[in-house]
Amino acid sequence: MEMVKITIDNKSVEVPRGTSILKAAKQVGIEVPTLCYMDLHDLNIEHKPGGCRVCVVEVEGRRNLAPSCCTDVNDGMVVKTHSIRVLNARRTVMELILSDHPKECLTCPKSGNCDLQNMAIKMGIREIHNQDIAEMSTYRTDFSPAIIRDMNKCIMCRRCETMCNDFQTVGALSAINRGFMSVVAPAFEMDLEDSVCTYCGQCVAVCPTGALTEVDHTRRLIRDLANPAKTVIVQTAPAVRAALGEMFDLPAGSLVTGKMVSALRTLGFKYVFDTDFSADLTIMEEGTEMLDRLSRHLAGDKSVRLPILTSCCPGWVNFFESQFIDMLEIPSTARSPQQMFGSIAKTYFADKIKVKREDLIVVSIMPCLAKKYECTRDEFKVNGNPDVDYSVSTRELAHLIKEANIDFHSLPDEDFDRPLGESSGAGVIFGATGGVIEAAVRTAYELFTKKRLERLDFKELRGMEGIREATIDFDGLPVKIGIAHGLGNARKLLEDIRSGKCSYHAIEIMACPGGCIGGGGQPLHHGNFEILNKRMAAIYREDVGKPIRKSHENPYIIKLYEEFLGKPMSEKSHKLLHTHYVDKSKKIIYI
Amino acid sequence: MADYKIHLLVCGGTGCKSSNSQVLIEHLRTEIRNQGLEDFAQVTGTACFGFCEKGPIVKIIPGDTFYTQVKPADAKEIVEEHIVKGQKVARLLYKDPKSDKIITDPKGMEFYKKQIRIALRNCGVIDPENIHESLARNGYAALGKVLTTMTPDETIEIIKKSGLRGRGGAGFPAGLKWEITRKSPGNEKYVVCNADEGDPGAFMDRSILEGDPHSVIEAMAINGYCTGASKGLVYIRAEYPLAIERLKTAINQAREYGLLGENIFGTGFSFDITLRYGAGAFVCGEETALIHSMEGNRGEPTMKPPFPSVKGYLGKPTNVNNVETFASIPVIILKGPDWYSSIGTEKSKGTKVFALAGKVNNVGLIEVPMGITLREVIFEIGGGIKNGKKFKGVQIGGPSGGCLTYKHLDTPIDYDSLIAAGAMMGSGGMIIMDEDDCMVDVAKYFLDFTVDESCGKCTPCRVGNKRMHELLVSITKGNGTHEDIDRLINLGNVIRDTSLCMLGQSAPNPVLSIMDNFREEYEAHIRDKKCPSGVCKALMIYEIVEENCVGCTACARACPVGAITGERKEIHRIDPSLCIKCGACMDRCKFNAVIVN
Repeated sequence: MEMVKITIDNKSVEVPRGTSILKAAKQVGIEVPTLCYMDLHDLNIEHKPGGCRVCVVEVEGRRNLAPSCCTDVNDGMVVKTHSIRVLNARRTVMELILSDHPKECLTCPKSGNCDLQNMAIKMGIREIHNQDIAEMSTYRTDFSPAIIRDMNKCIMCRRCETMCNDFQTVGALSAINRGFMSVVAPAFEMDLEDSVCTYCGQCVAVCPTGALTEVDHTRRLIRDLANPAKTVIVQTAPAVRAALGEMFDLPAGSLVTGKMVSALRTLGFKYVFDTDFSADLTIMEEGTEMLDRLSRHLAGDKSVRLPILTSCCPGWVNFFESQFIDMLEIPSTARSPQQMFGSIAKTYFADKIKVKREDLIVVSIMPCLAKKYECTRDEFKVNGNPDVDYSVSTRELAHLIKEANIDFHSLPDEDFDRPLGESSGAGVIFGATGGVIEAAVRTAYELFTKKRLERLDFKELRGMEGIREATIDFDGLPVKIGIAHGLGNARKLLEDIRSGKCSYHAIEIMACPGGCIGGGGQPLHHGNFEILNKRMAAIYREDVGKPIRKSHENPYIIKLYEEFLGKPMSEKSHKLLHTHYVDKSKKIIYI
Repeated sequence: MADYKIHLLVCGGTGCKSSNSQVLIEHLRTEIRNQGLEDFAQVTGTACFGFCEKGPIVKIIPGDTFYTQVKPADAKEIVEEHIVKGQKVARLLYKDPKSDKIITDPKGMEFYKKQIRIALRNCGVIDPENIHESLARNGYAALGKVLTTMTPDETIEIIKKSGLRGRGGAGFPAGLKWEITRKSPGNEKYVVCNADEGDPGAFMDRSILEGDPHSVIEAMAINGYCTGASKGLVYIRAEYPLAIERLKTAINQAREYGLLGENIFGTGFSFDITLRYGAGAFVCGEETALIHSMEGNRGEPTMKPPFPSVKGYLGKPTNVNNVETFASIPVIILKGPDWYSSIGTEKSKGTKVFALAGKVNNVGLIEVPMGITLREVIFEIGGGIKNGKKFKGVQIGGPSGGCLTYKHLDTPIDYDSLIAAGAMMGSGGMIIMDEDDCMVDVAKYFLDFTVDESCGKCTPCRVGNKRMHELLVSITKGNGTHEDIDRLINLGNVIRDTSLCMLGQSAPNPVLSIMDNFREEYEAHIRDKKCPSGVCKALMIYEIVEENCVGCTACARACPVGAITGERKEIHRIDPSLCIKCGACMDRCKFNAVIVN
């Protein structure tokens, strides 16, 4: 590799040709401030549009200042990162950005966790010149079931576009208009709800300001909790316990399951349950469906289409409903764990505690924004009453705990309630990419081979590689498994399947990087994937610690089938635990 | 040109066309038919002659008789007198405004005297829709010479030696660009012709494409041969329907004659051209934005390097040159680099086309040798300022160029001198201002254009130019403060220093150059709350001169807002707090009693 020598702020540094000034500076401990720049190294995404111009530096012999994020070093380059010229330019640019940004920091959902605010603090901006005559670019606020777009706060960093188009390949967001009125929006400035948006929330996760935020259900939750006529119960998704601690300054990867349960009980939930329980239930249904399709396929039934695709992830479901409609019949018909939980809670459990459906409020705590949309789908309502009333993100839960004066750190560890709070390790690993399929393998293997599975850790299914594949030996039958996380990776996999380039028996797809641990409702990781790796490790730690690690061995699942459902794929299961998919391809605009 | 004895060349450029030259052509043809002379005289619709001020133009060959401001009704007289009797129609001939003498041959006109037409050599001479006329004037001879007798390296050497610099604005040496594209590795390369001319009032490239499309096609093919590209793309704005039509016709004719397509001249070299339409975004003249637009993406620039010559259209090496650059290539190859480099200055060779506009007597399209002074262009070719007014400034280099003043009149027009003076060559817009123009208003006007045309990608251009514009609006409304001047200078410098592309980097130029050259006008607006040229409405105060007022009440009756009071035969008064400065009172007063301060 060819090395070049440069001088930055009088420090010499040798870096490979092709390195940006920004990265070279980092090597000698100089952090050039950046705003639009985003380095998602593990996803191979370096977003450096050179748009904000905050990272400009002075390069000797160059006519104008250079954006350090997208200017490569040259041999002998002499760079100054804090000359008067640079500081004045940077400050003026920052003032310009702020001059077109609402001054609503006190009430902004991103206050305290806003890159723009932090930069203003860092630069010590105390005044914005000529603000009195400065027009603001204003746009109508766009409310969808999951994401709110308040583009008055958009600073045109375009990170959301990169996530939506380059990483997720969804194509819902792009820059529209020009000049002062340019802004990121769906085509023709239509509502997000009418666009191809999957609500994966990755745009929200990278937005540096409050321009893209989640729909906040905490006010509604507080009202319901205070209503004596209602029984409010909660389910918590597996990925939440591996990340919630970060909102309370615990290191990434801290498992806070017990404290979370305790906090929810303190908040006033009557029953604190676990989505992991319904994850086990999902495995029973999805695993059985998979075996059924596999057996028929092996028996030569040509009408069976393989691979079977997982259907737990609502972002992914939205994605194939709008972009892969020719494959609508291959995903499993099993509902997601969130919806299976709601369905069982409002039937089986409501009967048990003798509460009418209308008086039972089912809330979910999810790492996800698409879940907010999922529970509003008509398929998951009975006479207009939703199985899951609403979904609250990990971030919202943390805010609620803080608002309720609960000292998270001193909370005792508590256990989930029964019967819908008991789960196996298989249910827990749903939170990480590859987890659903690993959980399915643990059960399907035993059901298919009628033999006991000795090895429970399928390391070949784990990891952060975007697309992975493995062949699992089902006692002589090689079962080919594909895994993708991130919708861009999912697209690649699906297109390969469509063109016949590769064939699998089963595929797991998660919309977000790393699976649910990197969901759009999680504490913001600002592109630091070390955090995701730690969350993932925590998930697998919880799995190992569980006495039961296979879904079909969960005694409460067994009991549920005995008392209520009969057997997997039974008529009742079909009614309560399965769904169908809708063709949303009309949302795609062809020009 | 067939057996015709007399040729009537009628300008069919956009300016003359809108003055009915199309109808004029029909009338001339009818009259010729009526006289039974259809085998003797031929009427040809050509492209722009350049002298738009005096259009529509009819030129009759032989004799080079130059008729100006010809109306369709004049057709009969021209045919009966000039064609039949051989007598010139005196009233339609050009009269020199200084000497009052009639000049029949354009070579004798001030407007043409100092021009050297290289890029425009065929404009107004040939019928652009007839490839034979192009061939008759050596069209495609350069391509033939290059393909059959020269290597790509030899050809590039000629372009380099000629000293031709890119005419799109930045002035990058054309030969060097060709060489870089040639040396960039890649089995697929592209030639792009940038015809996204966007300066307000500029129509250099349009006129070339309308008047001589074959030269551009030929040059693109030569470039393809040199760089190793077999595909050419013309990025042209959809608002140029005539240029598009003529280009399409020319491409089809060239294909028909084997001058485009497979195996040109049997040499094994293949080259073809397709058109891409721009939707009218100024920023798409910037080459990276242009390429993104052609790729179907949002037309916004990206950082250079990588330069298009290395990584351009679809990620392949792409040679982007503008229309005027291409139009100069064939003639350079035929006449040789020494001929070309003998024209112009040491570092700026050849000629440059300008669209002369504004308060000058002879507006139009001119092509002048580099090194000519602004004074020669404005006062000789341009014929001086309209209505005998005083010259104030010249905006050169388009909306993002600079505004120069009388002290720069002897500046030679070349890339480096203009930059040193605080302006730039740009693509060739030249707008002349006189004493009636308010320079703060002019700065506001140009900035308004760039604010509107910014793509919005980078902060300084998106927000900074808007903020500068707001400050200018505030100053022209009389709300400016002295700090505003410092603020404008700082903002302008930072925008220059930090914007992503040349659009942003040069957008503050008019404001800053006017600050340098006309600072007293800014100060008059701020300190005295006065607009010395009487342009900024908000700063005008309408008053009645007591001595002149006879109390006729005409002004009071004309005032739409009732701001004027006064009884009959008494002196009237204007209430400045009610006055909307519409000027109705002033128009109505017969006694010059209403004045503006």
